[in-house]
This record gives sequence, structure tokens and C-alpha cells, in this order.
Amino acid sequence: VTEETRVLNNIDLKGMRIAVTGGTSGLGLALVRNLAASRARVAFVARRAQLVERVSRETSACGIVGDVGLKEDIHAMALEIAWNLGGLDVLINNASSLGPTPLKLLADTECEELHEALVVNVLGPFRLTKALFGALAASAREGRGAAVINISSDAAVSTYSGWGAYGAAKAALNHMTAIWTEEAKDEGVRFLSLDPGDMDTPLHALAVPDADPATLKRPEDAAREIVASMLGALRESAPLVLARRP
Amino acid sequence: MTAEDRIDRQFAKLLVADADGAISHLPRAALASLFQRGDLVVANDAATLPASLQGVHRPTGKPIEARLAGWVSFRDPTRFIAVAFSAGDHRVPTEDRPPPPLLSAGDRLEFGPLIASVEGALNHPRLVHIRFAGHPASVVRGLVQHGRPIQYAHVPEPLKLRDVWMKIAADPIAFEAPSAGFALDRRTLKGWREEGVAFATLSHAAGLSSTGDAALDRRLPSTNTIAFRRRVRRRSRPRSRGPGASSRSGRASSGRLNPPPTLTGRCVPERVERADASLAARASVLLMRSSRASINPVKATPSYSERSLTTGRSTVCVLPLRSETIAPMSLETRC
Repeated sequence: VTEETRVLNNIDLKGMRIAVTGGTSGLGLALVRNLAASRARVAFVARRAQLVERVSRETSACGIVGDVGLKEDIHAMALEIAWNLGGLDVLINNASSLGPTPLKLLADTECEELHEALVVNVLGPFRLTKALFGALAASAREGRGAAVINISSDAAVSTYSGWGAYGAAKAALNHMTAIWTEEAKDEGVRFLSLDPGDMDTPLHALAVPDADPATLKRPEDAAREIVASMLGALRESAPLVLARRP
Repeated sequence: MTAEDRIDRQFAKLLVADADGAISHLPRAALASLFQRGDLVVANDAATLPASLQGVHRPTGKPIEARLAGWVSFRDPTRFIAVAFSAGDHRVPTEDRPPPPLLSAGDRLEFGPLIASVEGALNHPRLVHIRFAGHPASVVRGLVQHGRPIQYAHVPEPLKLRDVWMKIAADPIAFEAPSAGFALDRRTLKGWREEGVAFATLSHAAGLSSTGDAALDRRLPSTNTIAFRRRVRRRSRPRSRGPGASSRSGRASSGRLNPPPTLTGRCVPERVERADASLAARASVLLMRSSRASINPVKATPSYSERSLTTGRSTVCVLPLRSETIAPMSLETRC
């Protein structure tokens, strides 16, 4: 699988330092596998130690146990990422929460459920990005290029009944990404908000249990598209560096 | 070294060394206005390790606090120079802390999930080399789980890692927060960019600066050679030189080369430079080298360094690098 990924990517990310949150399942896992196979230096974050260890063993990526929804975890996470990678070129905020599952109409949604969706999907990425912004800006100053990719959803722009907590949180993330884009461009840090589409992932199965997996995108395909977008963003911010890569 | 939204940080002062080496104090908020087009600001962007560890000295069963004070081998998180104290925490001034149990080579120390051993004493009852067992990544994990930022008694409430995390924090290699960096926020950097003030960073592993023990403090920060990772931001926009700007660049009338107004061009990243940091560890503006330019302002004006030593604080670290400001600087540049 890893060799196939490398061939499909047709790119060597050797030495690029990338962190992925939510890296033990679904799109995050596919990203970690893809990036590690492409020889990037990868750190990933997830909550469950056992899964972190398993994915770390499989991919040789650096696994970090932490919860982006917990304020107390953020700087420890940032320190471990920066330490283990020796800096940071790309942060992929992938970890997500649906809020209430099964999905609920907004009028049935508890405030705490909306709060959880906002904390994991908006506040967590904000905190982690802020903690790592110094490392990203340093990477940009070195001419390596730097980017933050926030994984979004079409629920951020379309109004799906029952997706209120998730959709509102992802809409906030989208808008925050747009503002980061403006504010960080002079620092050389690129921000992207990417919608991977409906994927065959545990999160989607939680939201739509009766969906036919055959109709859904493979997370591996979405990961490849995201990596391509990431490279596009880095080319814009550091054309010379990327041009030198084989 | 306090949380940025704390009122005492808002009232933090800025020490400015002028062209004659005279010292003055300004509100920290005045920092942004001190620089002009053509100036270069260099700051230490090292993030801070949680370097205070509470634990047990296993041979005696007595409590011990180890404050990591320096690298034995740069970026090897299994070996450190450490300063040890007996029971107590940051709320007791370090000068009032009793000495630790007698530490001998081979003694086992337990700090939460971390197991360490004393490699050897360093001719002072508090100063030792310690070695942590385990893989470097697991040691770093143990540090973030169990360690706390080093802090001093004037701030009683325990600080968290986020309290010592500067907005420019990058590489986590410092043992105490290079706290001058707290004066820097993105708005300030943006303003400087717009005004043609260049900004660059280096990553300097600021070591433990003070214990209150005169004999020990003379040995701090560690005189070991410390590695720096140089980072240079290339100028983001063409600089139109304003009236009088030329006097701040190029060759001075004495014939000595002055600091360049900015470092231009692309410099090779990731080069690790080495320098004697015995003085530099107390300041953040100290040394920068690149493939095309080398600046060796390791020594700022004597009065600057003396004053910062006198205060025992490493908070005075942002200095205007105008040629007229740091007269004794040794400098070569080929940018």
C-alpha cells in the first residue's frame, strides 16, 4: 500500500515536517500513511494510546497521545510535535467531532453537544495553530514554506437538517481559515480550508449509518487530493524550495 | 515570565541600551516604536521546556526537585545539567531552599513517569549531570506530562506551559522562557514589516539563569557551547530608504563594518552554528550567522551586560541593532 501511495503521489516529500491531528482513523489515518510513505517526517495526534501506538508502529510516524478538544493538552502536543519533527512545515487540522450522534435537529441539541463540536472543530484547531504558528512562521522565514490545512466539509456551506452542530462548527472553521489566510500571508504561512467530500470513514458511518460505502470516496483518494493541494500551497509560498525537491 | 494576559506582564518594562550604552526603562508597549526603517530586530524564538521536575531521590527516599539547566549534548533529551533542591517548590525563593540529599553518581531519581540517574556531581552539592532512561521521544513525553515550567517565587501561582509560550515560540530547547520575546506579537511584527524594519530569529537554548547561590550562579548559565539554529527572514518587500537611512548601514566612518540594515537574500537554512554562549545565554540578541553574512554581536555594550547580570534576569533581550547603538560590536558582513 505504501509503495502504491508513493507512486500515485509521484512525489517525494523527504524532509518535509508535517503534523496531522486525528491520525488514527478515516482521513487522518490515510493522510498519515500517505505522507509517511512519501518520506515526509510525520507526527500525528490522537486520543487513544493503543491506536496511536499501532499506527506509529505501522507507519513509523511519530504518534502523540492528546485531545485537541482539551485546552490542557494543546501546548504539550505542540511541544512534542515541534520537538519530534525539529520544527514544522505543515499542520493539518483533521480531527473532528460530529457533536451529537445520532445527529439531532438543532432544537433537540444540548448546548453541551454544540459546545463539544465547537471545541473540537474550531477552538482546538485555533489553539493548536496558534501554539505552532511560531514554528510555522520560522519555517517560512527559512524559505521552506509553511501551510495550515483545515479539513472542512460541505456541511459548512450547505444546510443539512440534523447537521447543525457540525455544520455550524465547520462554517466557523472555514471563516476563521479565511481570516488566518489574510492575516498570515505576509508571514509566508498559507492557510487552506479543504472539503474532502463524503468518505467511507468511521465518522461518516456515525453520521449516516445506512450509507452505502460503495458510493463514498475512499479516504486514501481524499488524502491524495489533500496532499496535492498542500503541495500547491507550498509551491506558492516557497517555489524555490519545492522546485529543488525530486 | 508570566501569562501574557496577567496584569504584571502588561506592566513589564523594557530596558533600552542607547548609543552610549546608557540604560533607560520604558513601558514594554514602547518596543514597537523604537525601530526605524532599515533596522533589524533579532529575537530568540526558542520555546520553553517544562524543566522543573519534582521527584524522589530513591537512595534516601527524600523529595527532590531538579531544574534542568543546560544540555549535556544539544538536543539529546536524555542527558542534562541539572540544579537540585530538596523539598519545596517555586514559592520558596531558591536561596532559601535547603540543599538536596547528597547526590552521588549512580543514584536513582524518580520524576513521575521518568526514571533518571545521577551521572556525576559537578563540584557543587546542587549541580549534577543526570541521565534519563528511555527513548528520547518518551523522555520528552515524560517531561511534558510531569514537568512544569521553571518559575520564581515572585509569581506564586503555578505557571503552565502555555504561560511561558511566546507567540514566536518555535523550537523547544530553552530551559527558561526567553522572556523578552513576550514583548513580541504579530501586530508588532506586521507593523515593522510595513515600516521596513526587518525581523529575524535565532533559536537559543536559554539556560537556567539564577539560583540565589552566588557560587552556583557564577557557573550559570552553563558555559557549554550551545548550538544555534539561525533563521533569517528575507525582506518581504522592496525597501525605499528614507532620509537619513543611509547613515545606519554600510561602512562606518571608523572603517569598521556596521550591521546591515537588513539581511537580504536567501540564506541556507538549517545550518547549525556553534558559539560560546556563556554571556549570550543572558540575552536574546547575540549572534547571527549566515552563508553570506556573519554578525558577531556576542557582546553588547558592557553596561548592558552588566546591568542585566545585576538584575539577575534575562528579560532584557531586544536591542536595536543600529550601528550607532552597539558600538563595540565586532561585525563582518557580505550580504
